[in-house]
Amino acid sequence: MIVLDRVTKTYSDKSIALKKVSLRIDPKEFVIIIGKSGAGKTTLLRLLTREERQTSGKIVVGGIDYDKLKDRNIPMLRRRIGVVFQDFKLLPNRTVYENVAFALEMVGKTNAQIKKTVPRVLSIVDLKGKEKSMPSQLSGGERQRVAIARAIARQPKILIADEPTGNLDPKNAWDIIKVLEKINKYGTTVVLTTHNQEIVNKIRRRVVTLKDGQIVGDHAKSEYKHT
Amino acid sequence: MNLFITFGRILKNGLNNFLRNITLAVAAIAVMAITLTTILILIITNASLNNTIGQINNKIDISVYLKDSITPAQTTTLLTQLRDMHEVKSVKYISKNQALALYEDENAGNKTIQSATEALGINPIPATINITPVTPSQLSQIKQFLNEPDTVALQAANSSYSGALQTAIDKIAKTTRLLKEAGFISIIIFGTTSVLIIFNTIRMTIFNRRDEIQTMRLLGAGTWFIKGPYVVENIIYGLISATISLTFVEIMFTTVSNNLQASTFGLLSISYSEYYFKHNFVSLLFIIVGLGIIIGAGSAFIATRRYLKYKTRK
Repeated sequence: MIVLDRVTKTYSDKSIALKKVSLRIDPKEFVIIIGKSGAGKTTLLRLLTREERQTSGKIVVGGIDYDKLKDRNIPMLRRRIGVVFQDFKLLPNRTVYENVAFALEMVGKTNAQIKKTVPRVLSIVDLKGKEKSMPSQLSGGERQRVAIARAIARQPKILIADEPTGNLDPKNAWDIIKVLEKINKYGTTVVLTTHNQEIVNKIRRRVVTLKDGQIVGDHAKSEYKHT
Repeated sequence: MNLFITFGRILKNGLNNFLRNITLAVAAIAVMAITLTTILILIITNASLNNTIGQINNKIDISVYLKDSITPAQTTTLLTQLRDMHEVKSVKYISKNQALALYEDENAGNKTIQSATEALGINPIPATINITPVTPSQLSQIKQFLNEPDTVALQAANSSYSGALQTAIDKIAKTTRLLKEAGFISIIIFGTTSVLIIFNTIRMTIFNRRDEIQTMRLLGAGTWFIKGPYVVENIIYGLISATISLTFVEIMFTTVSNNLQASTFGLLSISYSEYYFKHNFVSLLFIIVGLGIIIGAGSAFIATRRYLKYKTRK
C-alpha cells in the first residue's frame, strides 16, 4: 500500500511542487496520475522513489515510513519498487540481457536464477531474440520494454512508470500500456503518470488529477470522463 | 548476499567497462602513462643527482695539522673527541712519516722540493688528521670545535678549512644543498601535479558516465556494487600505464643513453641512472605500479562519490 498524508514539497528556490497532497493506493491497483507539465506528477513519483525528500507530510510505502528511512536503506527500498522512466535510463554499454540481469545481479541472485528469469521477463515484454542487442540498436518502444523488463525482473510489488509513453509513437505507446496492464494482472501495483488523454480514456482505470501541485480529482475507473 | 558472487561481478563488470569504453580507456591510459613516466624519471634523476652530490661531498674534508710536540695520548683523545661528534663522518690520522711519504709522492717530479726536504735533514711535514663531515654544511660546527682554545693548542697551523678554501667549500656546500632541496621540491611539485592530472582525467571519464552511475543508484544498486567496477577499471588503467612507463624508461636507457648523457651537460651521470634503474627495478616497479593502482583506484573512488549522494534535504 502507498500512503501520502498531506505531503508538501518545496524546492530551494521556494517554488512549491506539491501542496498538502493526500493519496492512498491499495495493493494491486492501477492508478493513472494525470496533469499538465509542472502539475507535480514527476515530483510525486520522485518522492516515492526517494529521489527527493518531502518538505512536510508523511509517506509510507509497503509499510516503510520514509521519515524513518536512513540513507543506507534507500537501496533496499528501491529494490522493492520497479521504476520505468520516460527516457528509459538503460545502461548504454550493456546488452539487453545484461541490462535486465543487472537488476538481479545487484541483489545477489545466482547465475542460474538470472539465466532462468531474464528470458522469462523478456518474453513478457515481447523482446525474445533481442538479448544480445545493445540499447543503441533498439527502437524507442523496444528500449522502453527493456526498461519495463528490468523493472519487473525482481517481481516488485509496486511499479512506478513516469511518462513511459512520452517519447513513443501511438502504436508503441499502446503496446507499453498493454504490457503494464499485463503486469498489473499478475498482482503488481502500477502507478503511471501520463498526459496522453487517449490512453487515459481507453484503459479506464482510477485517475488522479493533479493541478498546481494539488489533487483536484480522484475518479474510480468507471467515473472518469475527459471532456 | 553471497560476497564472492558480488566480488566476482564487480571484477567482471570492471573488465567489461574497460573493454567497452576502450576510447576513453586509451585516452586515460595515455595521460597516466605520461605522468607516471615523469614521476619515474624524476625519481631516477633525483637519485642520480644525489649520487653526484654525494661524490662531491666525499671529496670535501678538513685537514688538521698537529704540533710535533703533542703526545700520543693527546692525539688519541683528540681523535676520540672528533669521532664522537655527530657531524663527523670519518676521521683519518696520518703520522708525520706517512704525511712526508705522501708529500714526496705528490711531488715526485719536482726535484727542487725533493732536494729542499733532503737539505733540511728533518721531517718538516706535521702529522695530520683528515676529517670528513657528514655534509659539507656541517664543516662550520667542526671548525668551531677546532677553534676551541684546548684544541688550538694542539695545532701547528690553521686547518685547511680557512681563508679562500673555506669560502670555496662553503659555496660548494651551499650549491649542493640547494640542488638537493631543488630535487626534493621538484619531486613534490611534479608528483602533486601528476596526481592531480591523473585525478582530473579519471574524473572526466567518470563525468562522461555519470548518468549510468545515477541510473544504477535509482535502480537500488549498493554503493560498492556501483563503485567497484569503476575502481577495478581504473586499477587496470594504472597497471597498463605503469607497464608502459617502465618499458619506456627501459627502452630509453638501452637505446639513447649516449644522447641523454650529452643532454645533461655532465650534471648527471646517465650510466649511474641506468645502474640505479636496473639495480632498483623491483622497488621502482612496486612504486610505479603501486602509484598507478592507488591513484587510479583512489581517483575513481572519489570521483564516483558525488554521483552517489542521496538528496536528503527536505
